[in-house]
Amino acid sequence: MLAILAKDLRIELRTREGVSSLAVLGLLVLLVFQFAFPERPTPEAAAAALWLAFVLAGTIGAQRTFLLERENACMHGLVTAPLDPAMIFVAKMLGNVVILTVLQFLVVPLTVVFFDVAPTSRLGWLAVVCFLGNVGFSAVTTLFAAISVRIRAREVMLPLLVLPLVSPLLIAAVQASARLLGDGSAAEVSVWIQVLAAFDVIFAAAGWLLFEYVVRE
Amino acid sequence: MAPPVIEAIRLGRGFGSVRALGALDLVVRAGDSLAIFGPNGAGKTTLLKLLATVLAPTDGTLRLFGEPELRPELRRRIGMLGHGSFLYGDLTAAENLRFYAALFGVENAERRVAEMLAEVRLTAWRDRPVRTFSRGMEQRLALARAFLHAPDLLLLDEPFSGLDPQAVLHLQEILTRAHRQGKTIVLTTHDIESGLEVCDRAVILCGGRMVWHSGRSVPAPSEMVKIYQREVGESHVGADSR
Amino acid sequence: MKRLGSWAGPGLPWIVGPGMLGALYLIFMVVPTERVQGIVQRIFYFHVPAAWAAFLGFVVVSVASALFLWSGRAAYDRVARAAAELGMIFCTLVLLTGPIWARPIWGAWWTWDPRLTMTVILWTIYAAYLLLRSFGGADEAVARYAAVLGIVGALDIPLIMISVRLWRGMHPSVIGARPGEGGLADPSMRFTLFYTGLCFVLLFVWMLLVRLRVLRVEDEIEAIHRRIHPA
Repeated sequence: MLAILAKDLRIELRTREGVSSLAVLGLLVLLVFQFAFPERPTPEAAAAALWLAFVLAGTIGAQRTFLLERENACMHGLVTAPLDPAMIFVAKMLGNVVILTVLQFLVVPLTVVFFDVAPTSRLGWLAVVCFLGNVGFSAVTTLFAAISVRIRAREVMLPLLVLPLVSPLLIAAVQASARLLGDGSAAEVSVWIQVLAAFDVIFAAAGWLLFEYVVRE
Repeated sequence: MAPPVIEAIRLGRGFGSVRALGALDLVVRAGDSLAIFGPNGAGKTTLLKLLATVLAPTDGTLRLFGEPELRPELRRRIGMLGHGSFLYGDLTAAENLRFYAALFGVENAERRVAEMLAEVRLTAWRDRPVRTFSRGMEQRLALARAFLHAPDLLLLDEPFSGLDPQAVLHLQEILTRAHRQGKTIVLTTHDIESGLEVCDRAVILCGGRMVWHSGRSVPAPSEMVKIYQREVGESHVGADSR
Repeated sequence: MKRLGSWAGPGLPWIVGPGMLGALYLIFMVVPTERVQGIVQRIFYFHVPAAWAAFLGFVVVSVASALFLWSGRAAYDRVARAAAELGMIFCTLVLLTGPIWARPIWGAWWTWDPRLTMTVILWTIYAAYLLLRSFGGADEAVARYAAVLGIVGALDIPLIMISVRLWRGMHPSVIGARPGEGGLADPSMRFTLFYTGLCFVLLFVWMLLVRLRVLRVEDEIEAIHRRIHPA
């Protein structure tokens, strides 16, 4: 399991294609949002921009981890190895969490600067929301990226599959972030954090159990 | 008689009313080398995937190494060379092998990787990314990858396709040596001559069924070509007249 | 399923057809006009049953998907596929009839009320499911991918419900309690609603059986074709 994760990160470090293109994409989404709301930016707009940038870049990033396995039919190589397919899922999901965390470290500070919001006192809670959002999103996209790279029209299919499913996660993450970037209290976001945590648990478990059926020949 | 490595009884694989492979009976014993011939879509790759336990049978039973239950652990004893090379272009030859050594739990991985690179004459290329390799070099490295965990059963899907004559000879040499060491080999190929060079048994699949098998002695290549045309020819005419 | 289809397939239209005519009679001739909303409220006797059928479709898709992954039998895959197609039709009907009612009553074609939001998200999941099948082709792998989506979609429903409720609940409520849920004053209203609901469910079952027969025949034709022309 760790071997797969290490291999993916090694390739990523070597090519740096993934993270760098995702970072630029994230930045562009924030810019577009600025063009749309040139007046006094609100925390709500900041939260929306933050998560839109994350989702857009994240969907493309998740696709990459499996496109990597498509070249030379490497996925078959993994499947012929004596390991539980669920382990491949965990490795791929963790790889996505790592890459998306790097993305968040870039996008969140940029959002704070561009939208002139100051979450200083609630930075810890914002980190929790970002992390939980990241894990749940990675779980769903990892499962469906493995599917989308194996069918036609894969560029269109992944967002089509993933976006409806992650809608509860997006609602929760945007609502929680908007409050944390504005002047909401930690108590106000606790219910959203519960939704995010439930989402993470359900979809990590679903991916763990169902991945076998996706990669099996 | 050597113990059976593969025992397939009425083995089949299908979905809905469409059968990719049907009612196959086959026994392969330790040290045998079997060539599977047949036109495209005959079910050759399906059969190899069933044997590699990456595909579950829908009908019949399959026992490998005498074990009725196809646990993932059995894959430690199986080496598969597929249509793709299973190699990562951005990693070097040594990194690719080290990765698969970790997946298969190979002991003394470093020494084994060096050994295999020498075996396929790629030691000088060990730290080059695979992207820079020629087709023949990539196929040799893919072979090293399949042999890495010293499997008892080797499954090779079209190993000769896309190779130049020199590379074909080299591959035959490696496979013949493995055969002499007592490995069990199952390969699919369109190349009747190369297949028979390596193998001491042959079967022909057509339309998902085994239409002919050689018993314990294979005919000469020229004879085999005639048999192939006789067994496969008719349905080929049918396919072409569509 | 095959045996059920052999008698229910030809029999059901004789029940569903007159049943639907009866439903129209009840809706337009028997049930009194709702005092506050007026004539437009009658669309609810179509709107709500269609929502039930759409939801039933979702349940059938997820159960059949799970059975398919567990058993690997193509028959379950056909059930899931047919149910998804029907669910999509009924879900679309819900989304079309809703605004017709909402415009005169709420003054807007669309509001982001929890139920509406939930329905539109379900619709997009159905759409993704059907697109996945149409892009992927007919082989077994695509059937498995679709089954995974069918199961994951069902797991998502409680989360979607909770999150859209919380989301809208945080805003002042623009809308009062909607009719159709216990707000039906006249007993004949309640009877009509359940009667039409039953008709829609039977319509769903009948269409499902017809679609299943078509899918089964398609599968057999494919097998025959391959037998005559091996690749």
